Amino acid sequence: MQPLKQVKGIVAALDRANVDTDQIIPKQFLKRIERTGFGEFLFYDWRYRADGSPNPDFELNHPAFRGASILVTGKNFGCGSSREHAPWALSDYGIRVIIASSFADIFFNNCFQNGMLLIRMDEAIVADLFKKANDRNGYELTVDLESQSITDEGGLSLRFEVDAFRRHCLLNGLDDIGMTLQIEDRITEYEAKRKRWLVGVGDKS
Amino acid sequence: MKPKTLFDKIWEEHIVDAPPDQPAVLYIDLHLIHEVTSPQAFEGLRLNHREIRCRTQTIATMDHNVPTTDRSLPIADVISRRQVETLRQNCYEFGITLFDLNDQRQGIVHIIGPELGLTQPGMTIVCGDSHTSTHGAFGALAFGIGTSEVEHVLATQCLRQNKPKTMEIRVDGQLPFGVRAKDIILGIIGQTGTDGATGYVVEYTGEVIRSLSMEERMTICNMSIEAGARAGMIAPDQKTFDYLKSRPGAPKGNLWDEAVAHWRTLPTDLGATYNRTVVIDVSRLAPQVTWGTSPGMVAPIDGRVPDPSQMSNEADRKSAERALEYMGLKPNIPLQEIPVQRVFIGSCTNGRIEDLRAAAAVVKNQKVASGVHAMVVPGSTQVKRQAEAEGLDRIFKEAGFEWRDAGCSMCLGMNPDYLLPGERCASTSNRNFEGRQGKGGRTHLMSPEMAALAAITGHLSDIRQFKMEEKAS
Repeated sequence: MQPLKQVKGIVAALDRANVDTDQIIPKQFLKRIERTGFGEFLFYDWRYRADGSPNPDFELNHPAFRGASILVTGKNFGCGSSREHAPWALSDYGIRVIIASSFADIFFNNCFQNGMLLIRMDEAIVADLFKKANDRNGYELTVDLESQSITDEGGLSLRFEVDAFRRHCLLNGLDDIGMTLQIEDRITEYEAKRKRWLVGVGDKS
Repeated sequence: MKPKTLFDKIWEEHIVDAPPDQPAVLYIDLHLIHEVTSPQAFEGLRLNHREIRCRTQTIATMDHNVPTTDRSLPIADVISRRQVETLRQNCYEFGITLFDLNDQRQGIVHIIGPELGLTQPGMTIVCGDSHTSTHGAFGALAFGIGTSEVEHVLATQCLRQNKPKTMEIRVDGQLPFGVRAKDIILGIIGQTGTDGATGYVVEYTGEVIRSLSMEERMTICNMSIEAGARAGMIAPDQKTFDYLKSRPGAPKGNLWDEAVAHWRTLPTDLGATYNRTVVIDVSRLAPQVTWGTSPGMVAPIDGRVPDPSQMSNEADRKSAERALEYMGLKPNIPLQEIPVQRVFIGSCTNGRIEDLRAAAAVVKNQKVASGVHAMVVPGSTQVKRQAEAEGLDRIFKEAGFEWRDAGCSMCLGMNPDYLLPGERCASTSNRNFEGRQGKGGRTHLMSPEMAALAAITGHLSDIRQFKMEEKAS
């Protein structure tokens, strides 16, 4: 996993609440067996018209948001299905940081697993960021994970909270499977004490 | 000893390691996989030269992407076929039991776990699918995970998890005539919102929950994710044990007695506390239908489409306006005046035998309304066989329903079963998101009985009226 220390980039505003993972990456693209190349399908049904041309009414097609690496969006972002194709699509599109007042649990986990930083902020702050991104062409933020701060060139300075372990993994680009494999002895110890009827349950069908 | 909740007990029993300032390392008893969220996990194992730690605690099935028509034919969609074949190859290479397309045990992953007795009280169960919460009906801690976590479980049989908070949803009152498990959970989501339980594991308690059958309890736990919950659980009781006894995966002989003795210790202790408690009285609950594009956009069947201009919260108003535009509905029209062109009975929410029996009882000696295309997709091949043994297939077919093979089908439309733009569907599934059942398709979620009735009348209808008239005649 690539480390994430600081992201400076254009902010795209998607002022919609309860955006579900079916919108982020519609099901027709879940048939692929690869982990890459999902960016072109991100928000497919919103982003393109029936004839395949870009839908000018969709927020992310706004010229000012081109090349955005930071997404600011509404509450409960990423609700619904557990499909990790959603963070894969956002990441492949270029998004590294998402700011919202709340996120759905599975999506939140999945994003961190893919080296993305998700930040929860009060609704009033999110509303202010929507306004700034919409009003100023090419509005940029600098998100610094080390100092847990968000700044812009106009003097904005915000502090954000992040789980200490997730922060550590992101800063160092750590693979948590590797970390769990380091405690294999503990797992073996645990397995020796499991309830007898649970052992190899999958073979009993 | 400090009183503990059902969740606390299972959580503590599965901790392999609890390093300070880090998520706990939790042991996973049962890992279910399917074709859509597993290929990249196996690829990850290969790239990192990692093995599977415990192949006997992993079970694979094909469900999301499979055809529900003639399975002797190859899958027409090349990309779908490749995904199904990839699962077959991965299971063969890594030695995992797979219930392939023509296996009698094939079916939707959340239907077959319980049906085979693999799902048991006190277990930790994960699957790369958000409706894994279904298995919580047995008093298991069961939750959906992403593909990276699927890889983690394959490699280590463990997951790193931050401890979620606990929420009790106590369902009190007397369940009214014509109101079913689906209506209870839709009613709960309508009240709490689709993020009301985010960050929590929910335990459903109360007399109403105790009175439900195992299959109805699964319907409730299934849609916990639609309230944002990490998992949903119901304490195991005699009904749970009776359901499991003698199923293939259940413990046998002395082990059965040992297991039941342990399972009896799992229910939440008297005096244990939850981080939050919500009490719902269902005594006045009516059958529920969704009108919008989120499961929280739900109303009683005798109600009307809401008017966004009357909503005080701006975000809610904007969402409702967008939803009504997508759904092609005007504010204030009675819900029962909404016509449907499609009916889908099935899914991990309502694709079990009791669901099909309830729907068949409505359909018997009736005909599907003209202009309506209705289908029944059993949740598993075993459910299909059972229904056929009871003659339910004939009831459906004689009424004009299509009778299909088992799979997820039009719940998410990854296979050839999907809505066309503008088509409106009465569906027993779990999500009414934009495009969920097909691009431009319009979904109304409801119980199997209500969906069956909509097929007969051609519009959203009140099952209570139908039952009253049936009684009278």
